[in-house]
Amino acid sequence: MSQMHSALIDIWIMTKRNVLRYRRIPTLMVFSSIQPIMFLLLFNFVFGGAIAGDSYALFLIPGLMAQTMLFGGTQTSVGLAEDMKSGIIDRFKSLPINNASPILGRAIADGIRNIFVAIIMVSIGYLIGFELLNGVLPAIAGVLLITLFGFVFSWIMILVGLAVKDPESVNTASFLLVFPLSFASNVFVPIASMPGWLQAFVNNQPVTHAVTATRALLVTGEGYDSIWKLAIWMVIILAIFVPLSIRQYKKS
Amino acid sequence: MSQKSTKPAIDARNIKKYYKNVHALDGVSIMVKKGKIFGLLGPNGAGKTTLVKAMTTLLKPDSGSLNIGGMDAISHPGDVRKIIGLAGQYASVDEVMTGRENIEMVGRLYHINAETVKKRTEDILKRFELTEAADRPVKTYSGGMRRRLDLGASLVGEPEILFLDEPTTGLDPRTRLELWKLIRQLNDDGVTILLTTQYLDEADELADYIALIDQGKLITEGTADELKSKLGDDVIEITLTNAKDAKAALPIVEKSTHHEPLLKPNGKKITVKSTEGTKGLSHVIKHLDDAGIKPSEVSLHRPTLDDVFLELTGKPTSEGEGEPNA
Repeated sequence: MSQMHSALIDIWIMTKRNVLRYRRIPTLMVFSSIQPIMFLLLFNFVFGGAIAGDSYALFLIPGLMAQTMLFGGTQTSVGLAEDMKSGIIDRFKSLPINNASPILGRAIADGIRNIFVAIIMVSIGYLIGFELLNGVLPAIAGVLLITLFGFVFSWIMILVGLAVKDPESVNTASFLLVFPLSFASNVFVPIASMPGWLQAFVNNQPVTHAVTATRALLVTGEGYDSIWKLAIWMVIILAIFVPLSIRQYKKS
Repeated sequence: MSQKSTKPAIDARNIKKYYKNVHALDGVSIMVKKGKIFGLLGPNGAGKTTLVKAMTTLLKPDSGSLNIGGMDAISHPGDVRKIIGLAGQYASVDEVMTGRENIEMVGRLYHINAETVKKRTEDILKRFELTEAADRPVKTYSGGMRRRLDLGASLVGEPEILFLDEPTTGLDPRTRLELWKLIRQLNDDGVTILLTTQYLDEADELADYIALIDQGKLITEGTADELKSKLGDDVIEITLTNAKDAKAALPIVEKSTHHEPLLKPNGKKITVKSTEGTKGLSHVIKHLDDAGIKPSEVSLHRPTLDDVFLELTGKPTSEGEGEPNA
């Protein structure tokens, strides 16, 4: 059996293990969707009128999808920290398997969950004035793209999780990253109203590109160039954080 | 194969591992013969878990050489992983999965074909008396069942060498005996076993050969009998009715035996070497009687591993439960 083939089997088994968690513990799925739905309703009805009038849901949902992916990365990281604490990672490490497979399995399973959460957000969005104005196929591409971004971003959180180890500390540490990145972006409000120094950051950070790209594919059909900018960011993040995470995994 | 069988199952030499300024392992060497049960005995934080982690390729030692099953564990960890099994005090199984799913998952991760995995899983479930609970999620299992499942899952790859890190820590006495029986059966089947324990009776009961480690160093090694005979002399054990009497008795015991007595942690029991056999015993009783101290029990016995441990490390073996993850 080639190394590639056996690595794929390991990743598949690990993904199945983690998907099973969502099937056996439905509340995990509920808690993953409840926060984005709450944010969606709160922001839409509390701030929506002031920010964009009636059409805020069109603006908000692609943005919230991106934020949801960032929070999803936190859950991936907390899950890994829990696996390390329980000792099952020690067992995996003593087996003749691909080193990255326990991490990849968790990240892929969480990616599948993220797709479901995105579909739920769109469905609820339809009740409050959201529409996939750019067509269904681009919208599917948009959901897949933002899920891919979530997967890429989760490697940053994975490194944090493997370094910090304690599940609760991981949660706290990750908020310090997720909140600035998602609020200092175009998730909730247009960039134009921000001060110039902040715009310089917002215009160039990956979450903004992710939001613009998702917005383009789901709603506006404008700003496709952000897809390339996002792709470059994703390559950079993977190139830095995958090797670091695997190194940290091996030694912890 | 025949050439391989003459090699030791484990040959660890001068293993060192430092965490910041702590010498977790300070040059430990052990050799484990094929087909034997090797007991690694030591108190909490002695370095037992660190040594097991090094031998199971979970961590790289800072220096030393490590040969597992004839293969270099430091340069070829992947090869070593194919022939070892690991089970431990943490019972590292997935809580959400059923018992059967847990064993099957580990089997599949060894890339054994599905049919063989199924067959082996059934055999293991039966052997470990988990067939009835096989399709229940592990979170409904008792502590003993988890430990059995953990042990079972480490066998599905049919390892040549099995590492058991404190396999009975925290278990009730009956479950402990059950596990001992299973460990002995595995060894009868030809599996080489290295187990760590902080219980002397466990090492005495199971291990063909025992190494005592403390503070990252090997203190002594040998069979249980060899270790006991290292102490050589008989031991007098005196139990007093209260701690005050015990304190008063200490200098008297020392004077009458010419050996330094040890006060056990309960504060009421004194042990001391006796070079003169029963004569020493009668001296002690007479002198205590002269001082008006009435012991509730006095005995003379051959040294136990406990005595060996106290003699060599100056402290009793089990202080508190469980070893921290170090």
